[in-house]
Amino acid sequence: MAKVLVVTSGKGGVGKTTTTAAMGAALAQAGEKVVVVDFDVGLRNLDLVLGAERRVVFDLINVVHGVAKLPQALIRDKRLENLWLLPASQTKDKDALTEDGVGRVIHELRKSFDWVICDSPAGIERGAMLAMRYADEALIVTNPEVSSVRDSDRIIGMLDSKTVRAENGERVEKHILITRYDAGRAARGEMLSIDDVLEILATPLLGIVPESQDVLRASNVGCPVTLNSPASAPARAYHDAMRRLLGETVEMQIPSERKGLMNLLLGRRAA
Amino acid sequence: MSVLRLFTGRAASAPVARERLQILLAHERSLRGQPDLLMQLREEILAVVSRHVVLDPDKVIVRMDRGKHVSTLEVDIELPTGADRAFASAG
Repeated sequence: MAKVLVVTSGKGGVGKTTTTAAMGAALAQAGEKVVVVDFDVGLRNLDLVLGAERRVVFDLINVVHGVAKLPQALIRDKRLENLWLLPASQTKDKDALTEDGVGRVIHELRKSFDWVICDSPAGIERGAMLAMRYADEALIVTNPEVSSVRDSDRIIGMLDSKTVRAENGERVEKHILITRYDAGRAARGEMLSIDDVLEILATPLLGIVPESQDVLRASNVGCPVTLNSPASAPARAYHDAMRRLLGETVEMQIPSERKGLMNLLLGRRAA
Repeated sequence: MSVLRLFTGRAASAPVARERLQILLAHERSLRGQPDLLMQLREEILAVVSRHVVLDPDKVIVRMDRGKHVSTLEVDIELPTGADRAFASAG
């Protein structure tokens, strides 16, 4: 049974595209057949983060409008044979996506994939609405910071009211993924704690991804962090999150809080 | 954390963030799901006035100001030329 997962946040720059690439790759590595779909029309970036920017011929809009068939637009990852990309258009027409058109594409993708991961654009406009419209599950990417938490709360409200599932009286299964978590700043009380975020949003936690150079390095070279540096802290966090998404019980690791604290103390003394 | 605070000499700001968010979100959640009051008012005012005068829907502006002591509802309807005659004949 295929699952449609939307990666959303409301706020921009929190790590939706990075997360889509990393989770998509992690699921594919685990043997699941995955397609990642970029809904950010006009500002596509998933192709770049996946290193497929030069292989884009047709896109989601072309498929929605019948200009291209779905198999023509799908790009297979060169490293993972189970991972596919359906890119967004760079045409700056926000209205190019229709609800029916997106519905047809998602319906068709469901037939050939285990996971359809929709990378939502920022905001709460049409693109974000359509990305979540047909979702079975949602990954709400949140930074431990006031504006991101507020926007996540708004998005949670939309997932509970504007999705097809919500309208049919069903639930979209929601998960929080905390990204750009800085253990040192959290220990110093400068950053909302994990408990604060979860209590405020009242939604279960799927994982905590630490702020890391490895994430930047991975996107620089166009490779999901789970593939590019699998032993790194963010890659391990994404890998654990992927296993939880598949229903496994994996102990939650709060990223290197102790180490962060030690560094902080040592740093202070040295200064 | 209190030991750390001795080192840094600064009070943690996260508790403030947490409290501000809790208050704000309680307010925003209470508003959620309600139909947009102003849009509804605008639609109904438009419907009533349109029964008597042909209106350009874009020339109907409904604005609400919530003050500490007084709140105001401002309705601004621009009538097309000739509407006064329509009024006269209707009356």
